[in-house]
Amino acid sequence: MRLRVNVDAAPGRSPRQAIPFLLPALILLAALVLYPLVYSLIRSFFDASGNEFVGPRNYVDTFTDPRTLTAFRNNVIWVVVAPAAVTGIGLVLAVLTERIRWATAFRLVLFMPMAISLFASGIIFRLVYDEAPNQGVVNAVVVGVHDMFSPASQYPGARPRDGYARTDAGFASIRPSRAGDTISLPLIGYSSQDVPPQALPASPPAAGTGELRGVLWLDVSVGGRAGSVDPTERGLPGVAVEAVRDGQVVARTTTGDDGRFTFPDLGAGDVTVRLPAENFTLPFRGLTWLGASLITPVIISSWIWIMTGFAITFIAAGLSAIPRDALEAARVDGATEWQVFRRVTVPLLSPVLLVVFVTLVINVLKIFELVFVIAPGSVQSEANVLALQMWQVSFGTGGDQGAGSALAVILFLLVAPAMLFNIRRFRRERS
Amino acid sequence: MTLVAEEVRIDVPVSGAPRRGVLTRLVARLGNGVVQVVLALVAVFWMVPVFGLLIASLRDESANTADGWWTVFTKPAELTLANYAELVANQAVWQSFLNTFYIAVPATVLVVVMASLASYALAWIEFPGRETLTVVVVGLLVMPIQVALIPVAKLFGALGLFGTITGVVLFHVAFGLPFAIFLLRNFFAGIPRDLIEAARMDGATEWVIFKRVVLPVAKPAIASLTIFQFLWVWNDLLVALVFADQDSAPITVALRAQLRQFGTNIDMLSTGAFLSMVVPLAVFLVFQKYFVQGVLAGSTK
Repeated sequence: MRLRVNVDAAPGRSPRQAIPFLLPALILLAALVLYPLVYSLIRSFFDASGNEFVGPRNYVDTFTDPRTLTAFRNNVIWVVVAPAAVTGIGLVLAVLTERIRWATAFRLVLFMPMAISLFASGIIFRLVYDEAPNQGVVNAVVVGVHDMFSPASQYPGARPRDGYARTDAGFASIRPSRAGDTISLPLIGYSSQDVPPQALPASPPAAGTGELRGVLWLDVSVGGRAGSVDPTERGLPGVAVEAVRDGQVVARTTTGDDGRFTFPDLGAGDVTVRLPAENFTLPFRGLTWLGASLITPVIISSWIWIMTGFAITFIAAGLSAIPRDALEAARVDGATEWQVFRRVTVPLLSPVLLVVFVTLVINVLKIFELVFVIAPGSVQSEANVLALQMWQVSFGTGGDQGAGSALAVILFLLVAPAMLFNIRRFRRERS
Repeated sequence: MTLVAEEVRIDVPVSGAPRRGVLTRLVARLGNGVVQVVLALVAVFWMVPVFGLLIASLRDESANTADGWWTVFTKPAELTLANYAELVANQAVWQSFLNTFYIAVPATVLVVVMASLASYALAWIEFPGRETLTVVVVGLLVMPIQVALIPVAKLFGALGLFGTITGVVLFHVAFGLPFAIFLLRNFFAGIPRDLIEAARMDGATEWVIFKRVVLPVAKPAIASLTIFQFLWVWNDLLVALVFADQDSAPITVALRAQLRQFGTNIDMLSTGAFLSMVVPLAVFLVFQKYFVQGVLAGSTK
């Protein structure tokens, strides 16, 4: 400190010394960051060819173009939902990890997605959310859980050949039957290869007194006569059959391996034979995650998967800086863990949470790769965001660099508050 | 406070959690069990997507179209390295894998060199406008690269750099510099003043001080920056999508062409994606401390 006076004359105080150190970085920053910013600003007031000054037209077009408006809407959804979700999840998990011994390993696992490319993450989630239940694990689970509660039908898509009307409850016979009748019930619309192995050749039953009998079989039209039981045709086992009188189910049975079914005690009077709909419901295939309506939530979920590790690690670093005394004092005063969390931890952490939140908002505004990769081409317009729209307008299908520049400038203006936030924080920390 | 202290003395031999009744401790113990289980489930949940991709990349096309990767638990015999062999034999894909190195390595080295130099000047050499320059760098931290895509494409076109690896590298360097300078300047500024001034008193030039005093001390920060920047460039899609052509495309851009037929290309895409992840994952696992620090430094200090 005593030497300070002399130091002013030392070589380090000569401004010229700084030039060789700064020059390489400054040249690149000026040529590839600052100059482009100015250029984009000017370019956004010219038309697609770049020759004609059009004033604010590109901006007007941008705010009236439905594709761009969708992108705006999605960006708003992203900004409102995603950073808050990640900050919240990160906060809860960071607090919880304080109570386990393997906190480092846990954070490592959750941080891992930060290391891989957004492109690869996109492919990962394209696979996770694949529509086919035999490809995408989410739909596999959804279908599995669904089928646990309402099992898949045995003969999806099968239907009677004729003489039956489709109702909500199932296929009801148009003509009534009564005890002593025999019913012949040919089904179509089902592949003979899918018939269960225990099925036997179908054989029409003889009429029985006091009983309504019938046979239900798969009527293969190729190589057989339609509507009659051919020798190679098999009965369909396990199909539920109901007898309905005056809107009430009076008897219910299921077909045997040879397709026969019998209603023994029907009593007098006509009944309608009905095949309940649950025999034939098409299998549940899960949700179309990558369709137009769910695509943005799906992509947000993949972003949460990527960014949560960042939030946890950042918040955990903030947590470790909280004085233990404050927490202990609250506990001594009889506060529950929840009260400690709400009244002590969160308020003390709020500066850190704000930084995490702002960092995540900036990240969200620039989101590009995830949408680009996860949204299939057909729904990309539905999942569109500004950064993607900017690329498409300028380099993709659009080819309009005037409109693209306008979008770039809008993007810049959107992150400008974050710039000021960073600068103010930087200045405060230095003073 | 004195009362509390007495209670502590009584409780300590019983368990590590002081100052609670038996019931509270029991609840805490049970609660801890629940926390352990929940966090374990979360960790597994987080790994499933990557695990699925890995398995999908290890099953051939017919296996992947027939059923999902989770059937591997009943049919482990289906696992094969054939996809990887096929991918590596594919000239275009292999070239793009190499290109990723050709882009990421120089883009990292240049950023580290340029940013260390600039940071030294910003931290330890007084010159007019130093404050302003530092603030501009902080402002540029969040600059969206979209702002520069069109102008730089035009500039590179004029200079003959469009569609070349050099062009892609230069763009990455320019947009890597603000964060790199921010990180290193903060670290350099934290070096004790005495260390620098003593060297100056000995008549050392700025270059010597930079090389002999600052760089050796700053190794951890430089390591963080190197790893962060390398992974950042390695993982890029957008910059290369705009500035690279077919011959200079990195692996992300090369694979992107296969995206259109996702359903029929799962074997190829999952293999390619995993190949592109191998390097970042290895770097991350080996240097995790530096990488985490690098990411956090983006906003902590």
